[in-house]
Amino acid sequence: MTSAAAAAVTAESQPRRERPSTLALLLNNRLAAAGLVVLGLVVGAALAAPILPLADPNATDPAHRLAPLFAPAHLLGTDALGRDILSRLIWGTRVSLAVGVSASLIAAVVGSAIGLVAGYAGGRSDQILMRLIDLLMAFPYILLALAIVAILGPGLINALYAIAIVNVPFFARNIRGITVGLARREFIDAARLSGKGPLRILWSEILPNVLPTIVITLSTTVGWMILETAGLSFLGLGAQPPQADLGSMLGDGRKVMFTAPTISLVPGLMIFLIVISINLIGDGIRDALDPRLRSGALARPSFRTAIAEPLDRPTAPLDAAATLDVKGLRTDFRMGPEIYHACGGVDLTIAPGQCLGLVGESGSGKSVTAMSLMGLVPSPPGIVTGGTIGFRGEDLATAKNERIRTLRGSAIAHVFQDPLATLHPLFCVGDQIVEAIRAHQPLSRSEAEGKAEELLTLVRIPNPAERMRALPHELSGGLRQRVSIAMALANDPELIIADEPTTALDVTVQADILRLLDTLRHDRKLAVLFITHDFGVVSEIADRVAVMYAGKIVETGPTTAVLADPAHPYTRMLIDCVPVMGEPERRLDAVRGRPPAVNQLPAGCSFAARCPRVEPDCSTGEIVLDEKRNGLQARCLHPLEPGETLA
Amino acid sequence: MTAVSDARLLEVRDLSRRFGGGRTLFGVKKPQLTAVGALSLDLQKGETLGIVGESGCGKSTLARLLVGLDRPSAGTIRLDGEDLAAAGRRAVAAKVQYVFQDPVSSLNPRHTIRAILEAPMRHLLGLGKAERARRLDQLIEDVNLRPEFLERYPHEFSGGQAQRIGIARALAADPDVVVLDEPVSALDVSVQAQVLNLLERLKRERGLTYVFISHDLAVVESVSTRVAVMYFGALVETAPARAIFAAPRHPYTRLLIDSAQIPGRQRAPKSGGSGELPDPYNPPPGCAFAPRCSRAEEICGEAMPGLEARSGDSQHHVACFNPIPLAAHS
Repeated sequence: MTSAAAAAVTAESQPRRERPSTLALLLNNRLAAAGLVVLGLVVGAALAAPILPLADPNATDPAHRLAPLFAPAHLLGTDALGRDILSRLIWGTRVSLAVGVSASLIAAVVGSAIGLVAGYAGGRSDQILMRLIDLLMAFPYILLALAIVAILGPGLINALYAIAIVNVPFFARNIRGITVGLARREFIDAARLSGKGPLRILWSEILPNVLPTIVITLSTTVGWMILETAGLSFLGLGAQPPQADLGSMLGDGRKVMFTAPTISLVPGLMIFLIVISINLIGDGIRDALDPRLRSGALARPSFRTAIAEPLDRPTAPLDAAATLDVKGLRTDFRMGPEIYHACGGVDLTIAPGQCLGLVGESGSGKSVTAMSLMGLVPSPPGIVTGGTIGFRGEDLATAKNERIRTLRGSAIAHVFQDPLATLHPLFCVGDQIVEAIRAHQPLSRSEAEGKAEELLTLVRIPNPAERMRALPHELSGGLRQRVSIAMALANDPELIIADEPTTALDVTVQADILRLLDTLRHDRKLAVLFITHDFGVVSEIADRVAVMYAGKIVETGPTTAVLADPAHPYTRMLIDCVPVMGEPERRLDAVRGRPPAVNQLPAGCSFAARCPRVEPDCSTGEIVLDEKRNGLQARCLHPLEPGETLA
Repeated sequence: MTAVSDARLLEVRDLSRRFGGGRTLFGVKKPQLTAVGALSLDLQKGETLGIVGESGCGKSTLARLLVGLDRPSAGTIRLDGEDLAAAGRRAVAAKVQYVFQDPVSSLNPRHTIRAILEAPMRHLLGLGKAERARRLDQLIEDVNLRPEFLERYPHEFSGGQAQRIGIARALAADPDVVVLDEPVSALDVSVQAQVLNLLERLKRERGLTYVFISHDLAVVESVSTRVAVMYFGALVETAPARAIFAAPRHPYTRLLIDSAQIPGRQRAPKSGGSGELPDPYNPPPGCAFAPRCSRAEEICGEAMPGLEARSGDSQHHVACFNPIPLAAHS
């Protein structure tokens, strides 16, 4: 969820920062760059072979056979027939590279075509094609290559075919997997509705999206193919005498390995250099092309959001009577040179048994605020730079990691939007609740199971004993969300942070879940921080509401007062732009423009650029959140009076 | 009534779509699921038919059948009297178009907006380059986007802008009917209004007919002229929008309306839940809503009620043996 918030923050950054080019990323990777240099030298030498002053690679000279390294006129010595090794090495590299690269290209084209067709057509065609590919894979590759060469006869071109065929499954399976995923995407349906036929869809819609994968697979297999070529030639099935390639040179050297080890060592070293440089480049290309690796999403998640040193702490004392008392909370995302103030100084107070609705659009910072409380914002890029997070008088921002671990899931529990994503798909829900209980309470398994069943009854799941053994996907969305709530309640929390818990649910189920949460908080004196974008949901459950815009709270007060007569124009517009049931004739007033990017907030009011009541003084200085009328606080210099509408 | 039937644009008769079924290699029966079952529906020219229902009720399957992305297992869809199954996908796509729920994933990330918008003009209408360019300018202006956006890629757009591109793509082939499958539910609330207002204006300017599918009753009420409520693959109630929201006759419609959250309304907590959907692989006999229904009678568990006018209003059809009486609403 935070990454979604972060993505939203990035998406809104204007002007768009150009991503570094693939080549720049590749060169930035030192190992890949080194590989590129080595391979460049080797390929350069191989390409230049005809114009280099080399001896004839096939000219024998028995008088100077087995010359050592650095012999006169033979830099790398001669082989058993007196042929110049340097010359054979460079000509042989040329042959090996050509065979390896063309075999890879053939395998890539044929394999990708099979994968594309199988993945897109699906059904029976997919079955037949992939079973053939499986058959090809089930054969030991060297045996298959041998069989192919045995049928076609030894020779370089036949070895090339053999290696290409052997490697077709590798591409076919990879590309099919991606195509299957792409073929179900909506833009493929859209292309069909645009009148494109299957072939055109494969060529113009799917192929551009799988091309990066083909390139990645290609770059990581070329090295392997060159090795295989060498292997076949070493066995005498590839290049035929007197033609040199790296594998046959290795084979020739083997016979005199003890008397003249350099003869086999030199081509061996060359194979090693080529393959390792290609592999380094391949890894570099993969890292540069894979968007997940590029964004650093695969970095190890930290236990807790980083806290800035020194932390900018407000001096006001914490309210020990309140369950939650947040003052001046600031969370930044530091991405490259940009700093996004996702949460820019937020104050929240929730008393026991109270529900605060935190309302805002995507990117307003409401989820980041909630995740910051328990240090759930991933670092990097998230960092808490200021504020105190008071939980019953204790400051969580400066608490030890061990303390946070104890509080998570016990005194402070979360309920998220998508229970299918937060429940483990492979464990039955009973075990997951038991685990949640036993993480914090010294209960035996059977005691915990009893408690878990009680919890399921509490959240009104029919047949709780039976449902304990259900896997998450076997339950409906509403039941799953009830299970999440049961888990949140497992250790008698005092604060529940619910992040859009009903957004993914149907209206009838949504009403049930809201009712359940409402009853639970009254019965158990739970404080609830309820995050949503829906004013209808807010008025159902929240006592107070706080409206967020561009990382700051712009209005807060009792729910009924805020909904009936908001003081801030943004709140008014947000209420007015949503259709309300029973008022079909109401004109929907769209909010003009877009929120400002939180890495370049304007001076003064963030909403000024979109506000119909804007005055010159809105764009200067810091505007404070202060009381406008009975209990209603707004961050606005020209607030709306009760009953006043926007012109 | 004859005047109305003349304006009938789309006629759906006994449309069914079943998934699964058949037998495995060893003769074992595979489970079968009926997503849409024997559904009949008429679409009048110029109306906006709102289709509401909860997830799994078959509304998206119906939408895909209407635009020809999926083929019915049984039944017919006729457009202007012509059977769509015989017409072929291209002919259907030229007349019936579709707007997707997720605007970003319905645009190919590797194509420019120009390529995306030109595709229907080229492949469905076979227009030449000059004509395409002329129409493209008009289209991009119609959906309030700037011409320089044409050379950009989908990831550069916000959700609202991307949905306007999605709408432009649907309109590129100049269709008669546009099927909108949850067109605003993936958008932020402040952007929803922009898109809804745009849809309203385009309908007026181009004389379009909409099928507007949504789970959000407030949105459906604000855009629709007529509403159809779907439950478990079948229509349970159809009526003019005003009538259905003012006086729902089917208990399920009543439940939907009562469940909706309305800003400024706080309900007294009601005990008990609203029940769960029936198992689609093992549907109950009779009315699918009967197990959850407080008005259910013996016959509801035995026979399937037909969708018919059960009161004086010939426009208000309900599939219920024991509909909520009109008097209950006054």
